Amino acid sequence: MVFRLRDSATASDRGGAAFLAVLTVVAVSVPILNQAVPTSSSFHLSAYGLTLIGKYLCYGMLALAVDLIWGYCGILSLGHAAFFSLGGYAMGMYLMRQIGPRGVYGDPVLPDFMVFLNWKSLPWFWYGFNHFPFALAMMVLAPALLGLVFGWFAFRSRVTGVYFSIITQALTYALLLAFFRNDMGFGGNNGFTDFKDILGFDLHSDRTRVVLLVLTAVALAASYMACRIIVESRAGRVMRAIRDGESRTRFLGYSVESFKLWAFVFSAAVAGIAGALYVPQIGIINPSEFAPINSIEVVIWVAVGGRGTLYGAVAGAVLVNYAKTYLTGAFPEVWLYALGALFVLVTIFLPRGIIGLVRAPDKDK
Amino acid sequence: MLLLTLWGVIPVQGQSPKDASFLAMLGELREATYSDKANIVERLSQTGHPSVRAVLTAFMEDRLYFRNDNQKVVIAKSAEGDPLSLIDPLSLKDAGSASADSLTQIGTNNGLRRTLKTTVAHFGLSNPDAAVRLDAVRDMLRSLDETTVTLLRERISIETNPSVKKEIATGLALAALDGSDGPARLVAIATLSQSVSQDVRNRLALLLDKSPDGSFVESDEKVRRAAAAAVATIDHWRTFYSGIETLFFGLSLGSVLVLIAIGLAITFGVMGVINMAHGELMMLGAYTTYVVQTAMPGHIGISVLVAIPAAFIVAGLTGVVLERTIIQFLYGRPLETLLATFGVSLILQQSVRSIFSALNRSVVTPDWMSGSLQLNDALAITYNRLYIVIFTLIVFAVILVVMKRTRIGLDIRAVSQNRAMAKAMGIRTEWVDAMTFGLGSGIAGVAGVALSQLTNVGPNLGQSYIIDSFMVVVFGGVGNLWGSLIGGMSMGIVNKLLEPYAGAVLSKIFVLVALILFIQTRPRGLFPQAGRAAEDK
Repeated sequence: MVFRLRDSATASDRGGAAFLAVLTVVAVSVPILNQAVPTSSSFHLSAYGLTLIGKYLCYGMLALAVDLIWGYCGILSLGHAAFFSLGGYAMGMYLMRQIGPRGVYGDPVLPDFMVFLNWKSLPWFWYGFNHFPFALAMMVLAPALLGLVFGWFAFRSRVTGVYFSIITQALTYALLLAFFRNDMGFGGNNGFTDFKDILGFDLHSDRTRVVLLVLTAVALAASYMACRIIVESRAGRVMRAIRDGESRTRFLGYSVESFKLWAFVFSAAVAGIAGALYVPQIGIINPSEFAPINSIEVVIWVAVGGRGTLYGAVAGAVLVNYAKTYLTGAFPEVWLYALGALFVLVTIFLPRGIIGLVRAPDKDK
Repeated sequence: MLLLTLWGVIPVQGQSPKDASFLAMLGELREATYSDKANIVERLSQTGHPSVRAVLTAFMEDRLYFRNDNQKVVIAKSAEGDPLSLIDPLSLKDAGSASADSLTQIGTNNGLRRTLKTTVAHFGLSNPDAAVRLDAVRDMLRSLDETTVTLLRERISIETNPSVKKEIATGLALAALDGSDGPARLVAIATLSQSVSQDVRNRLALLLDKSPDGSFVESDEKVRRAAAAAVATIDHWRTFYSGIETLFFGLSLGSVLVLIAIGLAITFGVMGVINMAHGELMMLGAYTTYVVQTAMPGHIGISVLVAIPAAFIVAGLTGVVLERTIIQFLYGRPLETLLATFGVSLILQQSVRSIFSALNRSVVTPDWMSGSLQLNDALAITYNRLYIVIFTLIVFAVILVVMKRTRIGLDIRAVSQNRAMAKAMGIRTEWVDAMTFGLGSGIAGVAGVALSQLTNVGPNLGQSYIIDSFMVVVFGGVGNLWGSLIGGMSMGIVNKLLEPYAGAVLSKIFVLVALILFIQTRPRGLFPQAGRAAEDK
């Protein structure tokens, strides 16, 4: 596929420019507030705050991935948390290998849970994860490959609409059950935790966390721009055509399946990277990340923010999650009512999300 | 103990002369020698008094005492413990308790116990109730000796009930197996090979054991060969019956899925609405069962039956309200209904949590639903599963009739096929939409009643089943009730068939993966909706 940039693509994207500006502010101010401002100052950003912001950014990236295929290609995936978690597990495997002999059982090669299960040697699929470049490749390739195989099967036989949504849900549910099993070799119920360091840097130090956060911001900005380039390209127009009239696009001679497939694979890869960045900052990955409800929540973030805008999805993710953090802390009883009401009200009254309040509809919609 | 309770239900009014002489005979036991006691036992057994069997059983088991203060004879419920809880020998009703010091046991010796055993067994075998006879035979099989074998041999010639007869034959064969008569043992093995009992199988398998020096425990090679063949036959039949049991488990799991999926097939299939709150409507049904049961504590048996219409109404009304306030604005946008109803599901969950707390509530299973139907030694079917299969089929039949034979069913089908045309023909489509959604939701409530008998009733009840039931609808074909029935049943059976080989979790994964692959070849399910209506935009 050839992406031909529209000359005015970036210039007309004022919302995107504002988004990138906010992201830059975050990436610059967070290190200062955490590192330079003394702990005694009320402006000091605590380690807890760092983790929260990092988490929001990762969720934003996941929402971006979902918006690319839902907002622009009409593919509603209810299983994107699966790709996110796979990326997270790949990172988790690297971090587990880095623990080395510092585990509770002190085995130089085997992670604690394998010693606990009385395993004698490392399973084959764990080979190579002690090398960061290999692990890095797997963080992208594992989710992308799953997306490719699954998408190829699904799109080739023209599984569309709600059917596709439901089988993606089945996919993530099947993975949830699989990763819960101890003999899968992924830590079963408990998943991976107790990480020590990444590339030799201590994961518990604020400095490492700040770097991770800045990297996440950079990754988010990069994936935003990549998505923007895709949707502004000719391929992006075909994607929108597919969203608005799949059969018609097919009759016009476009290979609908391959456009959908590559968009899906790209989206899966972005979700995987988001997951990989999420794990070292949160410090744990376990099978509950695969839960179907997580994937549905992602879709909600996108809907709240405004689908088909990219930056709206990120804004939705941050807003909903901030509300969640605040309400579950302050009024735990109210949180589910608020979230539930939010979904209902947004779908009925704000079909274009919060962004729709401030932005005029796209001309080409 | 079973026999005790059985006799206990016969009312004893006042003290008739018969009771008096019975008591007098019992009193004689205090001072009698062992040979006198045997005589007394003989006389007692001829009185025909309703409590004789219970008294003699107690005597045999060393549970017959007399009180030191007033010399009255009493039965202890158990020979262990202090104080002993007592039963009156005449009425067999509870007679309080007394410390072991205040009682004296009426002793027995081996000879007396043998006499007692024969007498008691004789009583059991000649009881007019076949179930009592069967129990008596089973009791005797546990400790076979010459006297019991003789009794069984006498009985088999006059026994009329086939199952009792079979049980006696098994007993006699087991006894013959211990004998030294070669041909008789072969005949016995042939008889035993028709049994499917685990005990019999183990007994036969013992014949095939080798002693530590490598020689066979059983020296007769013919017997060994026959025993091996018999064990193989029994194993074959036991496998067959366990296959049937698995099939039945599959059917009952499938029934639960079908019950949930029927409601979904209506809202999701007929109306094109993805109702993520379907699971929570089931949860409402389950909580309705709990509330009904709490409201009528004395009538647990009936409360479940009352809960069925109650749950239908509660969930159905919730569904109608849901449709009127939210869903009607979202027709034609199936993905948006998914989001909105997901929001509703969160609100419903939290409301239940606020009202009933987050803890699970326990719904009592009525007596008529507990226990199991013992078909033979290898196959038992639990009543609650059996009733759920039957209940599902009834609900399915009712829905089918409603959809195919009633006015509202006709309207629903018309609207789902072509909304504009139906409207042009004068059908109030909005009213039909509300009714359809109410119907689908009401069935979810009814499914909740069934689930309350199987799992814990808690705020998360709905979530655990919702994905499976979506799979059923997709597998069967959207908007097709028969598809949901066949889809649900086959998914349940496949799941349970795989379970012994792969474990519960893996078999579920296999089913999900198989379903994902199945959708590839038939993207619209087993029974796709025909015509243009099926084509998505």
